[in-house]
Amino acid sequence: MIASLSINERQVGLMLTIGVAILGLIMLGAAKEGPMAVHGAMALALGIVLAFSLVGSLFDPDAPGGRAARYYDEPTRFGLMLTLIWGVVAMSVGVWVAALLYWPEATPLWPATSFGRLRPVHTTGVIFGFGGNALIATSLHVLQRTSRARLADSVSPWFVLIGYNLFCAWAVTGYLMGSTQSKEYAEAEWYADIWLVVVWVAYLVLYLRTLARRNEPHIYVANWYYLAFILVVAMLHIVNNIALPVSFAGARSFPVWSGVQDAMVQWWYGHNAVAFFLTAGFLGMLYYFLPVRAERPIWSYRLSIVSFWGIVFFYVWVGSHHLHYTALPYWVQTLGMTFSVMLLVPSWASAGNAIATLNGAWHKVRDDATLRFMFVAAVFYGLSTFEGSFLAIRPVNSLSHYTDWTVGHVHSGTLGWVAMIIFGAIYTLVPQLSGRTTMAWPKAIEWHFWLSIAGTLIYVVSMWNAGITQGLMWRTYDANGGLAYSFLESVMAMAPYYLLRTIGGALFLTGTVLCALNVRATMLATPVGAGASDRPLLTQPAE
Amino acid sequence: MTADQRHGAEIDPATGYETTGHDWNGIRELNTPFPRIVIWALALTFLYSMIAWILLPAWPIGRDFTRGVLGLDQRQIAMQGYAALERGRDDWMAPFAAGNLDALAADPALMARAMPAAQRLFADNCAACHGTHGTGGPGFPDLTDANWLWGGSPDTIAETLRVGINSGHPDTRVSQMPAFGRDGMLSREAVQAVTDYVLALPGSAADAQSAGAQVFAENCVACHGENGNGGLGTGAPSLVGARWIYGGDRAKVLATIHGGRQGVMPSWAGRLSAAEINLLAVYVARLGANNQHAEAP
Repeated sequence: MIASLSINERQVGLMLTIGVAILGLIMLGAAKEGPMAVHGAMALALGIVLAFSLVGSLFDPDAPGGRAARYYDEPTRFGLMLTLIWGVVAMSVGVWVAALLYWPEATPLWPATSFGRLRPVHTTGVIFGFGGNALIATSLHVLQRTSRARLADSVSPWFVLIGYNLFCAWAVTGYLMGSTQSKEYAEAEWYADIWLVVVWVAYLVLYLRTLARRNEPHIYVANWYYLAFILVVAMLHIVNNIALPVSFAGARSFPVWSGVQDAMVQWWYGHNAVAFFLTAGFLGMLYYFLPVRAERPIWSYRLSIVSFWGIVFFYVWVGSHHLHYTALPYWVQTLGMTFSVMLLVPSWASAGNAIATLNGAWHKVRDDATLRFMFVAAVFYGLSTFEGSFLAIRPVNSLSHYTDWTVGHVHSGTLGWVAMIIFGAIYTLVPQLSGRTTMAWPKAIEWHFWLSIAGTLIYVVSMWNAGITQGLMWRTYDANGGLAYSFLESVMAMAPYYLLRTIGGALFLTGTVLCALNVRATMLATPVGAGASDRPLLTQPAE
Repeated sequence: MTADQRHGAEIDPATGYETTGHDWNGIRELNTPFPRIVIWALALTFLYSMIAWILLPAWPIGRDFTRGVLGLDQRQIAMQGYAALERGRDDWMAPFAAGNLDALAADPALMARAMPAAQRLFADNCAACHGTHGTGGPGFPDLTDANWLWGGSPDTIAETLRVGINSGHPDTRVSQMPAFGRDGMLSREAVQAVTDYVLALPGSAADAQSAGAQVFAENCVACHGENGNGGLGTGAPSLVGARWIYGGDRAKVLATIHGGRQGVMPSWAGRLSAAEINLLAVYVARLGANNQHAEAP
């Protein structure tokens, strides 16, 4: 990766890495002990390692000439590797905590391995580590192709990727040490949150500068989605994480929000993390890789525009459906419910547009597991958005809330939609980045596809059953007006579903491991029949 | 050159639609007419929302909000729901609010209706410590045997439930076994000796002349009774037989005498109604009566 930087860029990079090392040293010196000190030490070590590799390369040959005429794909390649590493690690933790629900006696005695600390390692690891790296990596690829322009500079993509992964690593190691803000999907403490803002602004600036240099008259819809993802996630992250540190020399902080306002801000954040992180960004991915792989035009230009604005407009209203039948005022719940129902239309319009794009390419869906991943992703996107709108209706929610149905719904979205579109994008992109026409092991893609489908279905169906069973057991009264079941009985009734869920998750994880090995083999393999899929860059003014 | 051709628009053979002429790295878009069904679906969901907004509390206006023509209030709905459920239970639950518990327990028809609910109440509130079948566990007494710390009649059980043991309730039952060893009340030798004596109980088997017997008589009988049978209503358990709260092997008994025990049971007065407490008291009293593996004192 360093060889692709010019000497001047290596010097800039050296400054940045020394900056990270100094930041780490300050955190370590200020905190002296506890999570913040450990995190300071991590930043210090990262800064030193990177600084040494950059110093060692200062007198190496300069970046190869003529690079301004080529797309800059090294960051994408690096980002995809991180995606798969996070995917394997965080999904393994997911399978482990799923197993703990079936075999709670297996919980090891150390605090760091308790269920409560491992669960956010799974959620942060898959959402931010696996999903986030996939979004950043693919967005840089899509941005350059659809703008027909090279990334605006060569240092900031590395700052974004490495900085972002430092945030993820701080977050999950913090949870293991018991450091958490106790806000779901926003557990990382204040200094990690501030760091993410810095990284995210660099990402936005890189994106906008590159887009401004585009050589295409129009901005492709995928970029609209990626931009919505970057902008709105920044807004959500900042507002939800406003907190007062107990001390600048320690990890603990208190949010400025309190009571029901805190709950509302949290779920405005939480649901829009689903909307703009797990939906908008991945729709950007879908809108690029699906037509590229199917070699078909997007079915409807108008539908893609209307769905974009529909999704962006409706989603920001619906967070309150997470707080039905709580202290949140009824009127806020009604708004959340009704906007959730209207949201179904642009969601299905997007899913329909994706599926209709495959018209004329159905034989490829049959034969090509990569395209099939993307087709299934669009189907699961449609299924889980329908389910989401349905669960947001108050009386339905009175049955489903607090049950494993919610867990099933989330995994129908994350396994069926988010992960499948990531795998489709990876199998499209990795051969191209490796100068090949196919993956190293084409048959393994087929295996991966069926493992993923089987795992997802087993997982989701068992959680649907679990959730509906729980919901019904909790509200059933006997002939004498007493509760028909104790809570304990509803817990014991979960055993078969929790076992099945663990099996489904393990199948999915197996597929992901297979994917990671396949990608590794492809990246190490000799280039074969370099695909000429990209248009050449237009000549740019000399840098 | 027509306008369409100038923008590179062409007809897609698979669908017959024209493309928009945009092209990004090979990706094109069809200029498909906007699907009518999407407009209808939007209209339908908007209609649903309008109806909901008219019927239910929905939009904020300054510091107030639209109340909705149904005038619903979720707190009121919840309270009405609870009240309706309670009315449905009233015919068999009401007698428990203030009744002669022994008489209620002797009414088989009432018990047939009340005990299933009591069992669930027990599972939801008591089982976490005392076990689903009330058999207790390390640190928590067995409720199915004949040994009672504070008495096993429904009325005394109800009182224990109401005020708790070593709880924060003003009338709490208080029972604290001192830390005889740790607090230096007995020498190490005396603790060892009385441990051996307690393990050898009942008195017929133990050596009444031993040093342990002496220590026992001076320090333990006030709460546990002269023969260590407990049951004095002081919260001190029977020390006779194989049933132990904190474990009956030598190390556990030694630890108990050395460090003392101050077991806590919360007061349920604020969490359960008087009728529910009485219902549970009858249920718990029957646990022992129905399962007579009591040991002779």
